[in-house]
Amino acid sequence: MNNNDEIMIRAEALTKKYGEFTAVDGINFSVKKGESFGLLGPNGAGKSTTMRMIAAVSKRSGGELTILGKDPDRDGPDIRAHLGVVPQTDNLDTEIKVKDNLYVYGRYFGLPGKFLREKSRDLLEFAQLTEKADAKVDTLSGGMKRRLTIARALINEPDILLLDEPTTGLDPQARHILWDRLFRLKEEGVTQVITTHYMDEAEQLCDRLIVIDQGKIMAEGSPAELIQRYSSREVAELRFGSDRNATAADKLADLGDRMEILPDRILIYADNGEAVLEAVASRGFKPLTSLVRRSSLEDVFLRLTGRSLVE
Amino acid sequence: MSEAKRNIPPRYRGPFSHIFSGRAHTVVLRSLYALKTSAWYIVLSGFFEPLFYLLAFGLGVGKLIDGVTGPAGQPIAYAAFIAPALLATSAMNGAFYDSTWNVYFKMRFARLYEGMLATSLGPMDVALGEIVYALLRGLVYSTGFLIVMYAMGLVLSPWGFLAVPAALVIAFGFSACGMAVTSYLKNFQEMDWLNFVMLPMFLFSATLYPITVYPPAIQLLVKALPLWHGVELIRHLTIGPPGMAVLGHLAYYAVMIAVGLTFTTRRLTKLFMS
Repeated sequence: MNNNDEIMIRAEALTKKYGEFTAVDGINFSVKKGESFGLLGPNGAGKSTTMRMIAAVSKRSGGELTILGKDPDRDGPDIRAHLGVVPQTDNLDTEIKVKDNLYVYGRYFGLPGKFLREKSRDLLEFAQLTEKADAKVDTLSGGMKRRLTIARALINEPDILLLDEPTTGLDPQARHILWDRLFRLKEEGVTQVITTHYMDEAEQLCDRLIVIDQGKIMAEGSPAELIQRYSSREVAELRFGSDRNATAADKLADLGDRMEILPDRILIYADNGEAVLEAVASRGFKPLTSLVRRSSLEDVFLRLTGRSLVE
Repeated sequence: MSEAKRNIPPRYRGPFSHIFSGRAHTVVLRSLYALKTSAWYIVLSGFFEPLFYLLAFGLGVGKLIDGVTGPAGQPIAYAAFIAPALLATSAMNGAFYDSTWNVYFKMRFARLYEGMLATSLGPMDVALGEIVYALLRGLVYSTGFLIVMYAMGLVLSPWGFLAVPAALVIAFGFSACGMAVTSYLKNFQEMDWLNFVMLPMFLFSATLYPITVYPPAIQLLVKALPLWHGVELIRHLTIGPPGMAVLGHLAYYAVMIAVGLTFTTRRLTKLFMS
């Protein structure tokens, strides 16, 4: 059981159709024990649909899906007994107290009360909500609700934790607290599946990810691998003002490995970004602003689809 | 980390085990926790409403009425005639309110069922759990009402105590069907239609006067309504004597329960698990 190559989730030609619309179009992937696996893509790419199928609450239209060695069509409740689910929109029970949200949720799994009282105490501490134990859910901030949702997802000590857009809508500080908690879980060996449309989140949290667009997998690998494969080491970002970007781009097209022209800026991909900036200056161009940064998954996505992740 | 799993009691494995895990009682438990935070006077109002009707109509209007007879033609007080009908109606209203408005809110706004169904609970656990809780409330109300009936001398038959389980059967039928109907509704306007059906059903199901006032064709129509069967069922028990008709009324509710549960489970599966 402790073999690290143990496959927790395996999808083959996994497909989901809603009438004529194909939300997930024959994707293949597998997730190993202890891995943090990401699904990165823009809104509507099919991430949440995939997540719902993994959570054994949505039937696949085609292909194969095995979760913890079982078929969700047949063994839904048995699979869900070993999953922790953090949905995109919080669905905490607002009619009961914070601590009861954990206790009662644990009872749904059939866990005994004595165990749950102890476990909820530990989880409230983990979620930094001990002082809010007797509060009503409505009085919590967005970040606190999110942490409570994650604590709730851990009540059954799940083998796989499913996180659908875990930090969407949170302020930067709340996001970092959450990332820290998720990283601790990873250190404890909890397998995580995370959907996100934030590339920084994917880079922070995921060992390996698939890039999804329009229900199809565009690429797969670790964040570093994907950047190496689909982008250069550095990116020079230049802004000439929206009406002058295109003309400048024409005359700079030979610089670097590749160029992307966005409405508000030009991206020049190169191993050495500073050298690109120098070359631009030596040709007599003076951008309004310029900067050099390392390539990110955003660049990978742009390369693969010609579009930005967040629109 | 593994200690918890060793303690999970084995779940139900019989028929329907893909939609039922045998833990409907945990859904009931959840409602009891929610009850702790809700306003007690709203909960109590379900008990007083039929009581007020009984006082106003039974004792007030009843003074003007005599010549009322029971199922076997025996002369009885008007209050004793309407009290069982009010008991049946309160069982209906309590169960129906819980399984329509409350369920609608939990389904569409609180996303409560979505959370429940992400656990090892199945849709049938959720449906059964919600209905059983509605029945518990009904049990408290109908027991209270029957005690008042005893105190006022309105229980004429030795079988009267069976009115409580009978009220539960009525409540079960209405909550199963109420929840099924609710799961198909899309907005509050449609919810209002339910009231439009329930009030006339209360007024015209031979609750406040005998069914014999209607011409035969209308009588058939009234006898098709679920509340009429509930009213007659309880009248047979509190006034007496209970005849074979009781079985017929129970059978009507057995069908309501089966149909309601089937559609509710099917619909919850479609809404949250497809």
